[in-house]
Amino acid sequence: MNTLRKFMAPLIAIALFLAGWEWLVWANGWPTYKMAAPSDLWPAFWKFRGLFLEYGWQTLWRTVAGLALAIVFGVGVGMVMGFSRTVRDGIYPLLVGFNAVPKATVVPILALMFVGQHDMNTILVAFMISFFPIAVSVSIGLSTLEPEYRDILRSLGASQLTVFWKIALPKTLPEFFGALKVSVTLAFIGTNLMEIISPHGRGLGALFDSGKISSDYPLMFAVLIALALLGIVLYYIVVALEKTFAGWAERAPT
Amino acid sequence: MTPETPAPTPATAPAHIELREITHAYKTDAGPLPVLDNLNVKMAMGSFTAVVGPSGCGKSTLTRLIAGLMRPDEGQVWLGGRMVTSPRPTVGMAFQNPVLLEWRNILRNVMLPLEIVGQRMSKADRESRARELLALVGLEGFEDKRPSELSGGMRQRASLCRALAHRPEVLILDEPFGALDAFTREDLWQTMARLRREENFTAVLITHDLRESVFLADNIVVLSGRPATSQYVLANRLPRDRTLEDMYGPIATDMLATLRHQIQVAQGRAPATAAKAAE
Repeated sequence: MNTLRKFMAPLIAIALFLAGWEWLVWANGWPTYKMAAPSDLWPAFWKFRGLFLEYGWQTLWRTVAGLALAIVFGVGVGMVMGFSRTVRDGIYPLLVGFNAVPKATVVPILALMFVGQHDMNTILVAFMISFFPIAVSVSIGLSTLEPEYRDILRSLGASQLTVFWKIALPKTLPEFFGALKVSVTLAFIGTNLMEIISPHGRGLGALFDSGKISSDYPLMFAVLIALALLGIVLYYIVVALEKTFAGWAERAPT
Repeated sequence: MTPETPAPTPATAPAHIELREITHAYKTDAGPLPVLDNLNVKMAMGSFTAVVGPSGCGKSTLTRLIAGLMRPDEGQVWLGGRMVTSPRPTVGMAFQNPVLLEWRNILRNVMLPLEIVGQRMSKADRESRARELLALVGLEGFEDKRPSELSGGMRQRASLCRALAHRPEVLILDEPFGALDAFTREDLWQTMARLRREENFTAVLITHDLRESVFLADNIVVLSGRPATSQYVLANRLPRDRTLEDMYGPIATDMLATLRHQIQVAQGRAPATAAKAAE
């Protein structure tokens, strides 16, 4: 009963959303160039099914690669900031400034810097847009570790590294996964930004762009739906990982 | 390593822990903040010493000094005939916050110190040691529970087990019962007394609770206000195997009155020469 509800509730919500959307378009008599209805999307999906699979895969792997880079870099920076107050105070403004720069402005710069390296550029944008939450959450997780946690191992003569592996790292995992849920969506946005803006791109973003150029409005909406689906899949992969590695942080419902 | 000898009577025994002329100040933005001033304390092998004093008088600093987590500005800490310059694995600590690791079950929490200092022990030995301690404090059957599934008192029992898992020579207790309700606290006192009968250690207890100090300790050191020095030492006159009933007898009442008076002196609320408070 409980599992049924868990699966049915979101499915019903999605069905209601699609029905509402369909009704809105139908009631207003909108043509597809104003807004395509869900029923217009199936033909578009079917017509370009090969491209959807190929480009969907490209978008997916670049996002994951960018996110992986963001995790490695973000955790590294977060660790250094978490352990050293001086470093944290020193590089925080830099990080905030870097994060505040709209990534759309970075896209042409990267495209000029690494001409033709479309995969790498896309991964770089995905990485740049998504590492910040990870770095901040890891640094906060480490710097707010109660001193007693450190003391129980330090008083036995354990090294800083042991304290990190046995206590600081696992204790920071819930914060890390919270940030990862934000970052996974951001990385996705970064990938598509590059794919849409840069000429001769590939991936779902490029498919969206070609839909725009050829005035195929149902295709544009179909890409949006495909992106939403991919986003949901990635997000729930992170949720599954969180359940596995930081499931202890979730209290049993009372 | 100190040889395993039966605990001698505290009065004549050589000091196991000795604080010699300890002076310490914290560096703050507003300048140095002196917390300890020429503090001298001796604790015999196997003894139980309680340290009481006004809030913020440097009691917790004392625990970090004995554990070797900090070095004093001046003076020395001696432990088993050797000067303490760094942390050593013969020490176990428990705090007011039980700081159990939420991602481990109770058994694996208690086994934690053995992963650092018990590398020569087999996994089975570590586990049986942890189970033995948990049984001693009445947590049999809770080995597989997560800390969040336990009450505050049970968590503190598990924390005591963890502090003792590696058979430390010195047990440092920094207000371990401070956050518990009065009934649970008395339960834990008895648990602590049982642990003392079964295990060999020299204990230092930091506490705000004078009754707790009288129930558990052999000697009670009253610290003065900040910067703290040892203002008064009271030897416990209760029988060693004491019960909660003893706490309402005339000896305990008299000791409590003395301690309370000394705390008031430490706080500057009563002159040192005045007779004990209205008796």
